[in-house]
Amino acid sequence: MTELQVKEATVGYPTSQGAASGVGGAEYRQFVSFTVGQEEYAVDIMQVREIKGWTEVTVLPNQPPYMRGVLNLRGLIVPIIDLRCRFGQTRTEATASHVVVIVALGDRIVGVLVDMVSDILTVNTQDIRAVPDMESRDIQDFLVGIVSANERMVAILAIERLTNTRALTDAAAASVAA
Amino acid sequence: MDDFEQFKSTFFAECSELLADLENDLELLQGEFYDKETLNSIFRAVHSIKAGAGAFQFKALVKFSHAFEALLDLLRNDEIPVVEAVVTVLFHASDVLAQMIELARDGQEPESGYGAETLAELDAIRFTARPADAAASANAASPDAALSNGEDAPDGMTTFLIKFLPRAEMFQHANEPLLLVREMAQLGQLSATPSLDRLPDLDTIDPEQAYLSWDFVLKAACSIQDVEEVFEFVVDDAELTIEIEKSEAPAAIEVTEESALPAGVESKNADTRSGRPAQVSSIRVDLDRIDRLVNMVGELVITQSMLSQQTNDMPEERFVPVVRGLEELALHTRELQESVMAIRMQPVKSVFARMPRLVRELATQLSKKVRLEISGENTEVDKTVVEEISDPITHMIRNSLDHGLETPEERIAAGKPEEGVITLSAEHRSGRILIVIRDDGKGINREVVLRKARERGIVAPEQNLSNEEIDNLIFAAGFSTADAVTDVSGRGVGMDVVKRNVQSLGGRINIQSTPGAGTSFTMMLPLTLAVMDGMIVAVGGEKYVLPITAIVECLRPQREALSRLPNGLELVQVRGEYIPLVYLCRAFRLNGGIQNPSEGLVVLVDSDRFGRIGIVVDELLGQQQVVIKSLEANYDPVPGLSGATILGNGRVAAILDVEGLCEDSGTDLGSAASIQGASRAHEVATSQNETREASQ
Repeated sequence: MTELQVKEATVGYPTSQGAASGVGGAEYRQFVSFTVGQEEYAVDIMQVREIKGWTEVTVLPNQPPYMRGVLNLRGLIVPIIDLRCRFGQTRTEATASHVVVIVALGDRIVGVLVDMVSDILTVNTQDIRAVPDMESRDIQDFLVGIVSANERMVAILAIERLTNTRALTDAAAASVAA
Repeated sequence: MDDFEQFKSTFFAECSELLADLENDLELLQGEFYDKETLNSIFRAVHSIKAGAGAFQFKALVKFSHAFEALLDLLRNDEIPVVEAVVTVLFHASDVLAQMIELARDGQEPESGYGAETLAELDAIRFTARPADAAASANAASPDAALSNGEDAPDGMTTFLIKFLPRAEMFQHANEPLLLVREMAQLGQLSATPSLDRLPDLDTIDPEQAYLSWDFVLKAACSIQDVEEVFEFVVDDAELTIEIEKSEAPAAIEVTEESALPAGVESKNADTRSGRPAQVSSIRVDLDRIDRLVNMVGELVITQSMLSQQTNDMPEERFVPVVRGLEELALHTRELQESVMAIRMQPVKSVFARMPRLVRELATQLSKKVRLEISGENTEVDKTVVEEISDPITHMIRNSLDHGLETPEERIAAGKPEEGVITLSAEHRSGRILIVIRDDGKGINREVVLRKARERGIVAPEQNLSNEEIDNLIFAAGFSTADAVTDVSGRGVGMDVVKRNVQSLGGRINIQSTPGAGTSFTMMLPLTLAVMDGMIVAVGGEKYVLPITAIVECLRPQREALSRLPNGLELVQVRGEYIPLVYLCRAFRLNGGIQNPSEGLVVLVDSDRFGRIGIVVDELLGQQQVVIKSLEANYDPVPGLSGATILGNGRVAAILDVEGLCEDSGTDLGSAASIQGASRAHEVATSQNETREASQ
């Protein structure tokens, strides 16, 4: 059984597991990738709870612009973060064809608004490269690594850093200072 | 190890229930209306605690509960009469027991000698009645030897022949024979012969089944009951024979599933000694699971109401089955919701039952004569509410006893019966619970209250107050009329805390007092904290929920009633009173929203810290019961909001937090009159404008 999984993983098929040990100590992880404009980002598949189309959210008062509001996910109140806006660009003109990726961060559940979901990637952990220095440190802080898949560059997101309270307060302070 | 911890926590959960029952039954013992069953149930409670404590090796607890149990045994067998003095000792013993359990739960050992005094009292009563026991206890190898039933051999040693044949499923019921063997070995000299007859071949063995059986020979100075007690929890899972070895006519007792009765217990008290609870009509469920169920039912209700909205426009005659089906669905969901909410409901009895004791102790302390009359203790409210009302009720009863009721002498002088009466009652009223605490004491001395309030600067010297207003002063922060600070009350933290607690539960509290005739406190509380009555308000296209309990009135002011202080703070005049306004659209920086209160609406609310405030909204959309959900579960707290809910259309609506809103509104309401405050408010307002410009 394990051998079979390894074989599948090495030839690049998705396995039922998020990670599988391969020969020679190689480990495979799976990521869900999605696009925001021209950029492609990915999160660990094990963090993804579900993917749903954009619906109108309820705006919360006095929040940073990337915080789009909250929506009702079967009785849970889930905050939605606009990824484009989080990376310092304008707010997404969200339509029904935009997608919200619901991710679980420990006990918390948040939604990330993106343009569309593109792929499921199986990646050898050894192929994940460090984030090169970028002009915007902000963006760099939100990434844990970069992989290339089918000659595209995909940035792996550290979702938990998108929402942490400190970032929220910093952002709020920055907007006041501006 | 985790499993063990889990059993332990179950044990402590059980203990707290047992202690509550114990307390309850002891109260009954105090009155005239107790029967044999009360004593039996007390005995059972103590016995269960002892058994559990034994399994977890809480030695001090076992020792104490054993002595307690031994005395109770004599009481229920009518060997000792139930008199006041004995009951008092029983009360002490139950306190000590509770304390020991608490220590055990925290993983601490009681100090050596803790409870020794009470233990001695217990033994003293027991040995006075049964001097033989004292001797038995003195020379016994273990405390379990105290119950001697005269069937012992002359040297005090009895030889028991025990056949123990566990059924296959014994392990599945979390029983471990080794523990039984150890326990028996503590009773005396034990030898065991295992039988391997039933042991299957290795390839067919199921490690979760019990295959071994044993023959034990136990030489011990104890009664057959003590031996049976060891096997008490496994009698259902095993075939067990315990015989006393005697040359002639051995007294044999078969213990099987059908007759799990130890000898000496009358058959009508069938459940008294068995470890099984008397009735298994309830199960223990994790609150989280119920919450999840409540959530899902809430969702179902929303989906259902969405569906019926959709079908309202359908031509009914063409879709008869659909419409019928939806009507059915609506009925079923409502019923389902009610039943689910009912799961969380508990009678207030658990709180009320603690009060007689409080009253008795306080009355002794204050040398007053009081009778507590309780009614409606079976009124049910949500579990969370039950937990929260205990403190306010305790406080109000203390207050009534200390400040309300007079001393017997004063009462006689006033032509009242010597014994005062405090009534505590609960009832359901219009979807809420009404709790009334009434005393027939001297009522509130309004002169003293007003004088004290003026002394403490709570009331301005020139201010005139109505009687009702004076009565309500006792809820003011830092107010106390007691001249001396006593143990009972008078520290000045009291009724204001009660009021705040009640308000934080979404309830209200009122006081009515008649001089010379008494005082009554009336508490109105929601039946549940999961659901709230809300007013849906609209502002700039957004909907918010305001708790109905906070709302005093809604009005559309005339243009002339509005005024503006130099600092920008706006006021509305309502019946001669100037009330500061908070614009929701400004506080929340919403686009749109009516800026002129005479075109929109002003909702007057009471805030604890800022007094009466007018919240300016666009319109009211109606009143609705909403399910309260936490925002913090997945996000950070948002100032001005206390939570969120889901409306009938499936959309989230935020619940407004009046206090937070006032604090965060950018206008310094606290010092509205002072220029300093005004300029600060102005600064904040300006910086907010700048921010808005900057972000655009």
